[in-house]
Amino acid sequence: MIPEIGNLALNFALAIALLQFILPLVGLSTNRWRLVLLAKPMATALFIFVSIAFAALAWSFYINDFTVAYVASHSNRFLPTAYRLGATWGGHEGSLLLWVFILASWTFAVAMMSRTLPAMTRARVLAVLGAVAIGFLSFILFTSNPFDRLLPIYPVDGSDLNPLLQDPGMVFHPPLLYMGYVGFSVAFAFALAALLEGRIDALWARWVRPWTLAAWMFLTMGIATGSWWAYYELGWGGWWFWDPVENASFMPWLIGTALLHSLAATEKRGVFKAWTTLLAIAAFSFSLLGTFLVRSGVLTSVHAFANDPVRGTYILVFLGIVVGASLLLFAMRASTVSVTSWFGALSREALFLWNNLILAVVTVMVLIGTLQPIIADLLELGKVSVGPPYFNMVFNILMTPLVFLVALGPVVRWREYSFSELVVKSRIAFVLALVIAAVSLLGASGKTGSEMAQVYLGIFLASWVTIMTFKEWWSQANRKSGFKWRKVNTSYYGMMFAHLGLVIVVVGVVLSSHLSVEKVIRMGPAQKQEVNGFVFEFVGITQRKASNFDALRGEFKVYKNDKLLATLNPEKRQYHASGQWMTEAGIDSSLFRDLYVAMGEQLPDSTDWAVRVYIKSFVMWLWLGGLMMAFGALISILDKRYRSRESK
Amino acid sequence: MKPLRRRRLIIVLSVITGLGIAIGLGLFAMQKNINLFYQPSDVQTAPQGVLIRLGGLVVENSVKRDSDSLKVQFGLTDNATDMTVYYTGILPDLFREGQGIVTMGKLDGEGRFIATEVLAKHDENYMAPEVADALMKADVDARIRKQKKP
Repeated sequence: MIPEIGNLALNFALAIALLQFILPLVGLSTNRWRLVLLAKPMATALFIFVSIAFAALAWSFYINDFTVAYVASHSNRFLPTAYRLGATWGGHEGSLLLWVFILASWTFAVAMMSRTLPAMTRARVLAVLGAVAIGFLSFILFTSNPFDRLLPIYPVDGSDLNPLLQDPGMVFHPPLLYMGYVGFSVAFAFALAALLEGRIDALWARWVRPWTLAAWMFLTMGIATGSWWAYYELGWGGWWFWDPVENASFMPWLIGTALLHSLAATEKRGVFKAWTTLLAIAAFSFSLLGTFLVRSGVLTSVHAFANDPVRGTYILVFLGIVVGASLLLFAMRASTVSVTSWFGALSREALFLWNNLILAVVTVMVLIGTLQPIIADLLELGKVSVGPPYFNMVFNILMTPLVFLVALGPVVRWREYSFSELVVKSRIAFVLALVIAAVSLLGASGKTGSEMAQVYLGIFLASWVTIMTFKEWWSQANRKSGFKWRKVNTSYYGMMFAHLGLVIVVVGVVLSSHLSVEKVIRMGPAQKQEVNGFVFEFVGITQRKASNFDALRGEFKVYKNDKLLATLNPEKRQYHASGQWMTEAGIDSSLFRDLYVAMGEQLPDSTDWAVRVYIKSFVMWLWLGGLMMAFGALISILDKRYRSRESK
Repeated sequence: MKPLRRRRLIIVLSVITGLGIAIGLGLFAMQKNINLFYQPSDVQTAPQGVLIRLGGLVVENSVKRDSDSLKVQFGLTDNATDMTVYYTGILPDLFREGQGIVTMGKLDGEGRFIATEVLAKHDENYMAPEVADALMKADVDARIRKQKKP
């Protein structure tokens, strides 16, 4: 009964989405205000019906209703409750339902928090969001309905959730990531509404900024949690693989970052108007492209599952319609938004232009690398893959100037700035950063020349941005008379957190890539191995039983200078339902190093195991930095200039 | 030209130059880092010492572990030809005989395939599209040969 209610709710939701799309636009073109005002109640109804459908699916998982085909193939009677919730979006159908649920939530949020928005703008924004909802709801209903029944013969226990996904990461990572992906639909809808109206001004940018910041915050957290999850779950200690699906989440992030900066310029100075709308369209288009890459299975990826080509075709067509229609609208209307302001070659506007240019080029390069295998296949040039060296090279070369410029952005003024003043303001920081980087090289002794060079560059950039950020903050907080931290407004603190978060990520990337020690060794019980000053003792193996798997649990003690630092318990788990083996790494995390042990396999005719023993330097900084960037976005959203108009 | 126009022209030109340099650089980087896919039937046509990918099914009873190191060898097949793969290290959890996998490595001077990476993806029912294609291609080739013979 519950699944039928869910199915019915989805059908209603599709009907409502159609009305939400058509009625307000008809109302606007025929001047019928009643129709225009219907947009908001429609958005509310859409949210209610999609919520019912989502709750129905979650409930079916909770009560183990294996007569539902999707539940039967993605859950198991013995699966712990939290993972049954995660299993709701653990497969194709459910993850699309999550997508739509989050879209409906954002739509509802826009409808509720837009009291100060002109009714016409609100109606257009909600109509665009309705159109996006139509695409995804019909996709679910016609190709991937999660409520299809498996009658009369249904499994008693269910076939199980893929063991890799049985992890707390599964409960947090997909919703956060989707909140980010789908969140860009709001900026997209605002951009299309603005193009339709032919009006983009400071007020428009001020409406869009908090929504874009929120989406960017969630996407940042989603990417960070995904990277952390891969690090501890895949059992080989990597945190970024340039996998197509990772790239798919990274491209909207890059474009979203560019959008945040160009929106700032549009709000403060009225420049880059057409470009900003184009970025808003691009950010959401890349989100859709990501969905296509994940859901179609056209690429070999850690995230790819056995998939139905019909589904890929549908998303591709939908992607084509959305991108094509919005670019057409852009081409027709972009000229109506004219630039009115002037800026010099050295000005904050110019720096933002560089920021946008670099981010756009990085995105294009990542896109080329990601799609190259598909293009080569279509052109029958053979089956190829593009390896991490390509991405690393392109990324490092392009990101270095970008990070360098981060230090200057807050210093250089709008309109125009004198080069000599900039030199005076920054020369001490520049020299200091060079010295700090040189000193830090002492910690990297014994590395090759190119590794030393990269560590030097990374530490220099990090110190340079950090010093400049604090220095500018200090002079801002001291302006006119005496230090007062509230002289600097909230969004400035948000910007500081985001930039310093980036610095922390840079340090994490550089040091964990170049200072970490990774060894794959053969070890038997009671043996000891020294790795980089740490002594790893393999104590032995015990057995452990859980509700849905049996595990071999290793015990490793780690000593330094004969002092016990940590006891690690890596596991090999065999899941009952599928018989699949899984590696669970044993990790001791701290601020400056992670001790990481993962058991490979027991070697034949011996008690020895193949073991991965890693000492990962500064690896936590990657995720702490990501978290800090997201926190910066949160602080910026709280700036009172986004709220004051609400209370008026 | 008006100053506004001239500024725009300068911006557009610098953007185009920047993009051109970046894309040229990228294509150069890509040329060196592109990995072609081979299957056991055609791997001997691959260049030696170049990083390539080799995919197929793991041959039953072919996995041999060395007794005192982490060396391992196994056969890969596309149901037409078998090829032995040499690897040192830990095989992924989903590595199983009969399973479709993709390896990354180089052909050495004696035509042996030395893998540096073994990839088995995380869904048991999943087969990398390249491997599925390779099996189909080998199958079609075999049938064509059969038809030609009589």
